[in-house]
This record gives sequence, C-alpha cells and structure tokens, in this order.
Amino acid sequence: MALPWVEKYRPKSLNELISQDSIIETIQRFIKNDQLPHLLFYGPPGTGKTSTILACAKQLYTPTEFNAMVLELNASDDRGIGIVRDQIMSFASTKTIFKKGFKLIILDEADAMTNDAQNALRRILEKFTDNVRFCIICNYLSKIIPAIQSRCTRFRFGPLSDDKMNFRLDHIIQAEKVDITEDGMKAVIHLASGDMRKALNIMQSTHLAFNKVNEENVYNCVGHPSKNDMLSVINWLLNDDFTTIYNRLIHLKTLKGYALQDIMTEVSRFVQMIEFPKKVLIHILEKLSDIEYRLSNGTNEKLQMSSLISTFIMARNMSEFKPKAITA
Amino acid sequence: MSLWCDKHRPKTLNTLDYHKEQADQLKKLVHSEDFPHLLVYGPNGAGKKTRIMCSLKELYGPGVEKLRIERQQFETPSKKTIEMTTLASNYHIEINASDAGIYDRIVIQEMIKTIAQTNQLDAQTQKSFKVIVLTEVDKLTKDAQHALRRTMEKYMNSCRLILCCNSTSRVIPAVRSRCLSLRVPAPTADQIAMILKQTCKTEGLNLPQELANKIALKSNRNLRRALLMCETAYVAHYPFTNDQEISEPDWELFLRETARQIVQQQSVDRIVQIRDRLYELLCHCIPADIIFKGLLKELLTICDGQLKPQIVEIAADMEHKMNLGDKQIFYLEAFVVKFMSIYKKHLEFSLAGCI
Amino acid sequence: MSTLPWIEKYRPKTVDDISYQDEIVAVLKKIISNDTGEFPNFLFYGPPGTGKTSTILAAARELFGPELMKSRVLELNSSDERGINVIREKVKTFAQFTPSGHRSDGKSCPPFKIVILDEADSMTSSAQAALRRTMEKESKTTRFCLICNYISRIIEPITSRCSKFRFKPLSKDILIQRLSFIAEKENIACDRDTLVTLVNCSEGDLRKAITYLQCASRLKLESGCIKSSDVLEIAGILKDDVIEKILDTCSTGSFEKVEQCVQNLIFDGFSCNQIVTQLHDVLIERHDLNDAKKAIIFEKIACVDNDLIEGADEYLQLLDLLVLIMKQMK
Repeated sequence: MALPWVEKYRPKSLNELISQDSIIETIQRFIKNDQLPHLLFYGPPGTGKTSTILACAKQLYTPTEFNAMVLELNASDDRGIGIVRDQIMSFASTKTIFKKGFKLIILDEADAMTNDAQNALRRILEKFTDNVRFCIICNYLSKIIPAIQSRCTRFRFGPLSDDKMNFRLDHIIQAEKVDITEDGMKAVIHLASGDMRKALNIMQSTHLAFNKVNEENVYNCVGHPSKNDMLSVINWLLNDDFTTIYNRLIHLKTLKGYALQDIMTEVSRFVQMIEFPKKVLIHILEKLSDIEYRLSNGTNEKLQMSSLISTFIMARNMSEFKPKAITA
Repeated sequence: MSLWCDKHRPKTLNTLDYHKEQADQLKKLVHSEDFPHLLVYGPNGAGKKTRIMCSLKELYGPGVEKLRIERQQFETPSKKTIEMTTLASNYHIEINASDAGIYDRIVIQEMIKTIAQTNQLDAQTQKSFKVIVLTEVDKLTKDAQHALRRTMEKYMNSCRLILCCNSTSRVIPAVRSRCLSLRVPAPTADQIAMILKQTCKTEGLNLPQELANKIALKSNRNLRRALLMCETAYVAHYPFTNDQEISEPDWELFLRETARQIVQQQSVDRIVQIRDRLYELLCHCIPADIIFKGLLKELLTICDGQLKPQIVEIAADMEHKMNLGDKQIFYLEAFVVKFMSIYKKHLEFSLAGCI
Repeated sequence: MSTLPWIEKYRPKTVDDISYQDEIVAVLKKIISNDTGEFPNFLFYGPPGTGKTSTILAAARELFGPELMKSRVLELNSSDERGINVIREKVKTFAQFTPSGHRSDGKSCPPFKIVILDEADSMTSSAQAALRRTMEKESKTTRFCLICNYISRIIEPITSRCSKFRFKPLSKDILIQRLSFIAEKENIACDRDTLVTLVNCSEGDLRKAITYLQCASRLKLESGCIKSSDVLEIAGILKDDVIEKILDTCSTGSFEKVEQCVQNLIFDGFSCNQIVTQLHDVLIERHDLNDAKKAIIFEKIACVDNDLIEGADEYLQLLDLLVLIMKQMK
C-alpha cells in the first residue's frame, strides 16, 4: 500500500502511544470508572492528540457501534454555527437504543472554529453531558474561548522526549529496513523538535533521496544549515568585519541554498548558549525578533541579512564585550 | 465644456510632447506580434493614462475612444454584492479595482475571467485579445495581487493587462515579473512650460514666458496640475501679466497656516486647536499622507536645521504606522505633539545656552 | 497572433530537464521508477523562478503520461477561489474518486492522484487548517504538492505532514546556459556581456531573466543586438552613476540638497525598493565608512525595506534614510 509512514505507523491502541504516559493513565482510569469528562487536548502538532482519542474510541466501542456512537468533525468539514446547531445538536440529543453509555463527539483542529460556533457549542456541552462527551483537539489553547475551556478537562500534550521518539523510531527503522547512522538519528530527532510526524517525514524523505540516513544527508534533504556551517557563521559574526561577513554569508547561502530564517533560528539557539553580558544578549535577541518579523512580511533577504550583521557589530561595540572563537 | 487638460490631451503616440523615445518603443511594441502585459508607473500627472490611451488607439483604431460607463455586480463568498463602475469600449475595459476595498480580489478574478472567456466577434480585422486596464494597482491588497499573477499567465491568449500605478514598490515582484515595465518620469519644468505655451496658443491666448515658467515651477512637475493652474489663472485675469498671482489650492494655504500655528505656540490648548484643523482637512477628503507630507514640508522650512533629521524620522515613523492602523487622526496628532515637544525642548535649550 | 510566452514555451517537460535542483530530482526519479508507489506529500518552497511548478508538472507527466494527466492531476492556485469552501468541496470530491492502475501506453500507472496547490502561501490560514485533515484522510488515494515562496507562511501542522524541499536560487552559469540556448532558438543577437547583465538583474530567477530577454527582444525588433543598457531599463534598475550621485549628495551634508535629490528621484518614477537595494549593494563595499556606521545604516535600510512593504509613503521613507546616511557620513 502506498502510504506515507506517518499514516502507516499511526498507533492503533492506547498501548502503542509513546510518551504522555500520565495522560493515558488518567484517561484509562476515567474510562474504567465510567467518569470520562469533556476533554480538551492541546499542544504542538505531531504529539499524539488525535491518535489518543481515536485509540480511546476504539477501546470504548466495538467496530460496529463506532459509526453510530462517534461523530468526528475536523477543520475540513463545515463547522460553522449552522452545523453546530443542527448536526451536532441532533447527534448529541439522541440516545441510541441498544447501547448504554455516552456517545463521543471529536472536534479536531478546533482552533479553526469561529467564536460564534464555539459559543453555540458551549450550551450543548452543558446540556447534554449525560448523553455525550466531547473531545476537543487544538494546537493553540488561546484560540478556544474560555467558556469552553472551563467546561472541559484540559490535557497538555507536550513535545515528545528524545528517548521516547528514539524508541518508536527504532521500531519503524526495523520494519522498513532503513539504513541509518547514529548521528543521522540524532539529526532527525534534533530537527523534529518533539514532533513525531516531522521526524517520520524527515526520515522518509532522506531515505527516499539518499538511501543512507546520515547527518549530512538529513541536513541536505531538509535544507537546514549544518552544525559546521553554523559554527563558522557564528565565528564570523563575532570576529570579522562587515564586508567580509557579508560576502561570506552570501557565498554560503547561494552555495547551500539556506533560508535566512533557518540560519536565524540556529543563530538564536547558539546565542543562548554563549555567555554574553546581559545587556548584549537582550539587544541581540530583540533585534533577532525584529528581523524575523520583517522577513515574515516578505522583505528582501539580502537587506535583512545585512541587518543581522549590524546587530552583531553593534553588540560587539557595546560595553566590555570580548569576542572569542566558539568551538563547542 | 471640458478642461484644458482633457481637451488637449494627445490622442495618438505621434502627438506626445515628451519622452518621445519611449513613444517610439510603444509604437514598435503595438505593432509587434505579441503585445505583452504592461506595467506603467510614474508620479502623478506624468502622463501614464494618456500614454495608455494612445497605445490602445494605436492597437485598435478610433473605436477605442467610444467609451461607455458600465456597472457590474460581483458576489462575494459572504453573500455580499459589490457594484463596480467600469469604463469600457468595444475593445477594452478600464477598472479601478481598489474601489472594491477589501473585496478587490473577487472583482479581479471574476472580471478577468469573464472578459477572457468572451471571444472577439470579428476575428479578422481585430486583434485576438482584449485589453483590461487596471488603475491604482499599488492600492490592491496582497491577496488581489496574488490572484492577479496566475490569472495573467493563464489567460494570456485572450486578454492583455495594462497595469497603472504610482510606484512599483507596492506591487509584488511576481506580478512585476510578468509584465513589461514602462517608467514614465515626470516632465521637467521646461517641458511643462513649453506645453503650457502650446496649449494657450491653441486656445488663441498669449502666455508670456515668465508666467509659464512660474506656473511650471509651482506645479511640482505635475503636468495636469500645471494646466489646471494655468486655466485658473486665465479665468482669474486675462490678458496674462508676468507678475500675476497664481492661486494655490486653499488646503495648501490652510496647511501652511496650521504649521505656523504649531511653531508659534506649544501647549495643550494649541494642540486642541490643531486637532480641529486636522479634522477639518480630513473632512474635506484630503488624504492623510498628503497632510503628512505637506505639514512636514512647511515645518521643515520654519524650524532649525539641527532638528530636521529627527523630525523627518518621526514623520516617516508615524506615517508608516498610520498605514497599519485604523484612525488616521491619532497618528497625525501624535506627529504634531512629538514635534511640539522636541521644538519646545530645543527652544528652551538654546535659550538657556544664550543666557 | 499571440505567441506563447517564452517561459511557457521553454518550460522543462521531463524531470531530467530540471536544472540544478539535485536532491529533489533524485527523490522524484526514484519515486517515478519505483513501483511501490511510495509518494509522500510534497512542499516545494523557494524563491520565484527556480522551477517549482515546472518540477511537479514534469513529474506528473512522467508518472501518468500526457493523456491521463488531466484526470489525475488537480491544479489549484490563487487565481481560483480558495477559501475554506473550495478546499472542502473541490479537493474532497477530487480526492474521493478511486483511480485505476492502468495506462493506455502500457506502462504501469501508480494508483493515486495528485493535487497541486500552487502559491499555497497565499491561502488563508483557515483554508490551510481545512487542508490538513483532508491531506491525512485522503492519503490512500491522493497526494498533495504544495508550492510556495515562503515556508513561514504555511502553518506548522501542514509542513509537518509534508516532505519539504527547498529550491535553491539558480547559479549564474546555469542561467547563462539556459538563456543562450533560448536566444539561439529565437534568433536573438545577444553578446556575453548582455547575458551577464541579464543574469545579474534577475538574481537567480530564471523566469525573470527569460521575461527580460523576451521584452528586450520585442523592443529591439529591427535594430538587432540587445545591449546591456536595454536590459537595465527594462528591469527598472538605476545606472551606477545615479547611485553614486545620491551618495555624493549625502556626503555634502546639506539637508536641502538631500531633500531636492529625494524629490527628483520620486519624480523620475524609480521604485523606492529598487533604490534602497542598490544603495545597499554599493554601501557594502565602501571603505570610508567604519563598521559601526555601516551597522547603523544597514539596520535603517532593513527597516525602510519593511516599512515600504507595509505601505508607507516612499518620499518620507527615502528622505528618512538619506538623512540618516548623511548624518553617518559627516
């Protein structure tokens, strides 16, 4: 079957889910004691929110009951206030004849629902609690109105830890016979930043393009600046003169095709690892965020790059700043 | 009873008075096998629309001049209907898409699609494409410009676009790369003076050279304005005299007076008075960025050289923020207040130095 | 009658023809020759004119063959309506038809369809949200290829569902090669100098370079050879001496002169972004300004660039910038 690995290896039962152990325990306890509240899952993408509720639903209902007892609506379905009033309302207010217990309504990607629709929803949440449970899934908690937040039990799905990801990735590496080195694995996990889906995508595309998944190929495939290149960049920024840094950066960018945004993400990471005097650090971080904002507006990358160099030159001229070579 | 600037507008590429080399190029373009999308840009009153109309006439002949006003309706996804007024002939249609406000994307998409899909009636004698003229392209939202770019590629066969704007900075690069850009610079003061004299001659009037030069200088290299000023001068006092007073628009005088008041006294009471004056200008539909520029110009002539860089910086900053915000009066006031506080400090400082 | 624009005429027809994007070509070739049909969702991003749309179209042509392409490929872009409803309806209906595994010319045809979403960065974020679940749900029969210039405009949940590939700006040699090829085919006289100017003006954007070439050839019909100055005028680039004059005016330290200079530039109709970019390039190489001064100037240039995009008035921004340069040059 021609499936992307992300779909092929989606966890099918609660046991297969990695990390979020406390959440799974709690939910299992709720289910056992028949005390499941309305749920609100939030957190960054690729951390297992949709998989968790789907696995729960599989546990609660048999495959035949599934369609009658579970209503799944996500951002690709129409979820305006009309649908809330009609479809959701009718699903929530009717009881099924042969099955005792509650129905489940899953609202995936709820941060795309309008405030009006959410407001209409909260009444339903209150009124039909004995008949139906809601599971609301979103990335940004702030997009859910407080009225709904207070009617649900919130669960935060944090970014997955490195060893948990390692564990699951090993399983897939074995199944797909991926030729991966240790530094390749580290690179995949580093670039994924706790997002399982991202990690699988990176691994799959590198595997497809290069067969061997090592550090160089991973960074090449994603177009992310490699560690060595970033070390050189930081060294230049802290030591050389304006024109030299500029010419070198332009050369590097054209050669390797790096996006300025990616370079800046790495620069900000490095900057926090170096021991700058407080004032200098504040200045740099503030300016970095300004540049990032301007880039998002679609400005000329060349000009913003010069402004990045300016930031460091100005930082170097501040107070008693002693430039030194960075090695680690 | 039409104004001189409309009556004496050149109708063909041969009769254009300045930028003749560009006129030649346009002629070559019109007669070449494939006429590209055009982006005509330049300051106000430089002659962009004139050149577009001349090119159209060169393309299609005199039928282009038979214009009629049409009203078209568009429906937005939120079920709202917008009505747009367009100027059309049998061969082309002219729209100001920014009239539609935030719905400009819909207007553009629908309009171009409909026009592109209706074919020409008489294929032999005419060109196989229609022309759509879009004015004030730099006021289009980014959404509308994105909609424009692919549409330009897709419907290349049946229609050509001529885009007209003041500056290309606000036109996204993708649109710019799909057009041939034609820069129409403002005419020089000498060229304007020459045209004024010619126009007057055609009208059977005698315009002395000195007066012509005076008007040309005052018009800020805007030909339309120069012609209007000249006509006003004629209405005020003919025969022309060299030291005749050229009337300035009353809002400019109002601005000058406002600037004078700002410099005269810096206090909270004065700010309240200035606010009234600013509201007066805004109510009379003077665009806020013109108020900014005008006010800045007047203030710069009055205040001390040391302060100038700072004031320019503040003006640029406030004007930029005004474009992002909603209520223009806030930013105008902020600028005035900031100027006042800087000016006052500077005055006190220099006075203290003198004592 | 109207001829095809050269950018369409010379668009690459097979994946092999794509110049310079080695990684993505390697991946695509593997997928096309590979029969297991493992085709992920793609996200192509990068500067304009580097071959993104051409690449996916060429890949689709090779996978499905020219006849099936129409029924197997759905192309949507910003010129079509793309609010939430279009995503829901159009894409969902297209995604739900099951495709067959056969091709009329006998080669095996992979059992999925492709939806190409061009200029995806201009989709509203709610449309993008609607897209993510559709991508997940229909993954058995449909693959998506999103194309955009700025990846930061695509919401994170979508980028994590796709394999991202950055299209690099094309190198000068590749550009010159391609341009000479087209110039020869179209019988245009064009010396090496002009080609180099063309390449410098287009900054790695092949579409821009070809368009300039076509425009220049139109304006020069009878007079034969295209010169560098023609290219500069078409690209709206100011001549070097104009920029030098601006900087000289700044170094005089006279506010009035700078004001007049800005006024004249506006009258000449030059794009302010263009002036700022060219000033930047010249100032980088100047040795009479020390690093601290350069830092201040370039910080201001970056701000002005941003403010212009946000719609600020050109005269005020340019005046502000030149006044600052004047101060630094004192």
